[in-house]
Amino acid sequence: MAEVLVLADHAGGRLRKATAELLTLARRLGEPSAVHVGPGADTAQKTYAKYGAHKVYVVDDADAGSYLVAPQAEVLAQLIEKVSPAAVLIPSNAAGKEIAARLAIKSGSGLITDAVDVRAGDDGAPETTQSVFAGSYTVTAKVTTGTPIICVKPNSAAIEASPEAGAVESVDVTISDAAKAAKITDAQPKKATGRPELTEAAIVVSGGRGTGGDFSPVEEFADSLGAAVGASRAAVDAGWYPHSNQVGQTGKQVSPQLYVAAGISGAIQHRAGMQTSKTIVAVNKDEEAPIFELVDFGVVGDLFSVLPQATAEVKKRKG
Amino acid sequence: MDADARREPWRETTDRRKEDEARMNIVVCVKYVPDAQSERTFQESDNTVDRAVDGLLSELDEYAVEEALKIVEAAGEGEVTVVTVGPGAAADALKKALQMGADKGVHVQDEALHGSDAVATSLVLAKAVEKATDGSPELVLTGMSSTDGVMGVVPAMLAERLGLPQVTYASELTVGDGKVTIRRDGDTASETIEASLPALVSVTDQINEPRYPSFKGIMAAKKKPVEAWSLADLGVDAGDVGLDAAWTAVVSFAKRPPREQGQLVTDEGDGGTKLAEFLSAQKFL
Repeated sequence: MAEVLVLADHAGGRLRKATAELLTLARRLGEPSAVHVGPGADTAQKTYAKYGAHKVYVVDDADAGSYLVAPQAEVLAQLIEKVSPAAVLIPSNAAGKEIAARLAIKSGSGLITDAVDVRAGDDGAPETTQSVFAGSYTVTAKVTTGTPIICVKPNSAAIEASPEAGAVESVDVTISDAAKAAKITDAQPKKATGRPELTEAAIVVSGGRGTGGDFSPVEEFADSLGAAVGASRAAVDAGWYPHSNQVGQTGKQVSPQLYVAAGISGAIQHRAGMQTSKTIVAVNKDEEAPIFELVDFGVVGDLFSVLPQATAEVKKRKG
Repeated sequence: MDADARREPWRETTDRRKEDEARMNIVVCVKYVPDAQSERTFQESDNTVDRAVDGLLSELDEYAVEEALKIVEAAGEGEVTVVTVGPGAAADALKKALQMGADKGVHVQDEALHGSDAVATSLVLAKAVEKATDGSPELVLTGMSSTDGVMGVVPAMLAERLGLPQVTYASELTVGDGKVTIRRDGDTASETIEASLPALVSVTDQINEPRYPSFKGIMAAKKKPVEAWSLADLGVDAGDVGLDAAWTAVVSFAKRPPREQGQLVTDEGDGGTKLAEFLSAQKFL
């Protein structure tokens, strides 16, 4: 059975959920091999094995993390040469897509990004599903040239354990000087909120213009549900919430089990970032707000009274 | 040579070098996209995006044009060239950029381009950027993604093809001393990233407020040069672009059934409780 390379998304060996999702999906196409670039492979190895990695390729280059995307692209290009995989799966986040883009050119391979599903097609080659035009169309696509390179959005698959050996294989690859041209010279960590990460969260509660800048009811409701907090572009542009929390075309695209939009009108820009959520709930004073066209449940009312009441009720029911 | 320079010969050379450093030539790559407010769809015949609907300069590219203008204005000297690859109507995207203040435009247009994917587009853009800069681009700016394809991969592909470092998703950009420095808002940290010139930088919608073309800008744009290049002009083989050359294929597309509106309640003092009841019934609690 052919190998399927999965690029691990990790920080010093601490894996993000997307990696287990990709390993789960990779099993549909062949035998998954995790690709670990940077330190911390020892810590991550158990997780790779648990989710079905037969092999773990480790490139322990301490420098790799200090440079943008090019080193990972070089590692994957050299692995493609070496093992001729059936496909390469990469998380569809900003960095993942750029790694994939450089890899596609380097290896002469077709690239699909933002897939929400991957499966083996009739001929055994991978076939993907994407949601386009702000979620108004579903597209099925395949790669026709080279090694299929597929970026899969987080939350696209339920993770399933399927233990394999996860045999660590140290690979000697050379990272060129050219790949070390864009250097991260400073990183100021964000204050930890204790909330799950936006793109990985099962539940997202977002606030918009209707908060008037006061996100406390949004945050408290999110915390009662164990949810991530998002914000509309209007709220971010007003300086009420950080850009890294923006949901929409120019922010994050999220696809949680439950999306709650509070005080967000639902402009197309915002819809592009959340329309594929499984269940959508909105609270808005304006009953004409376009967001209500999408909802499974909507409350026409003031978020400053509806959300605190809902928060109290959720806490009560959760005991 | 004047008297001062004769006495201090270093003065003239230093001044000249300073001048060269200050002068910034920037290429901005832009895209003409279907208006997101209109009904966007695919063509039944070949599964490509229907570009017959009204189009415009991709909103996210305006930030790149604005940033280029600001850099050249600050440097006091330089030139902003706007490059687009697209059908005849894409001239509108160039026009908007020229009206904002860009100095000249390049329009790559060729029948064979229809249906090109990101891989082919990046090839054509790379050749156009090289031709527009006599093979030595200094600074290439792009938006963070288009508003139609939204893959966000062309900047990275273009950097790979041009052999340039890519510095992407800039929310602040400084150019000077032969390098670019950006700040970007990552998921876990606010990062500062540096690369020496030449480089490719993509910018987000956080970086600036794009200007509206002034009346003077609109009038001036009419006299600005726009080069029309074909694939042959760029030395690109028509067989390497277009739908048939795409490295990916859309197998099928389907309009998603509109979400059926669910239950809507008006808050009469119990809206929050009802919301919690719904979440409980859906097993979210």
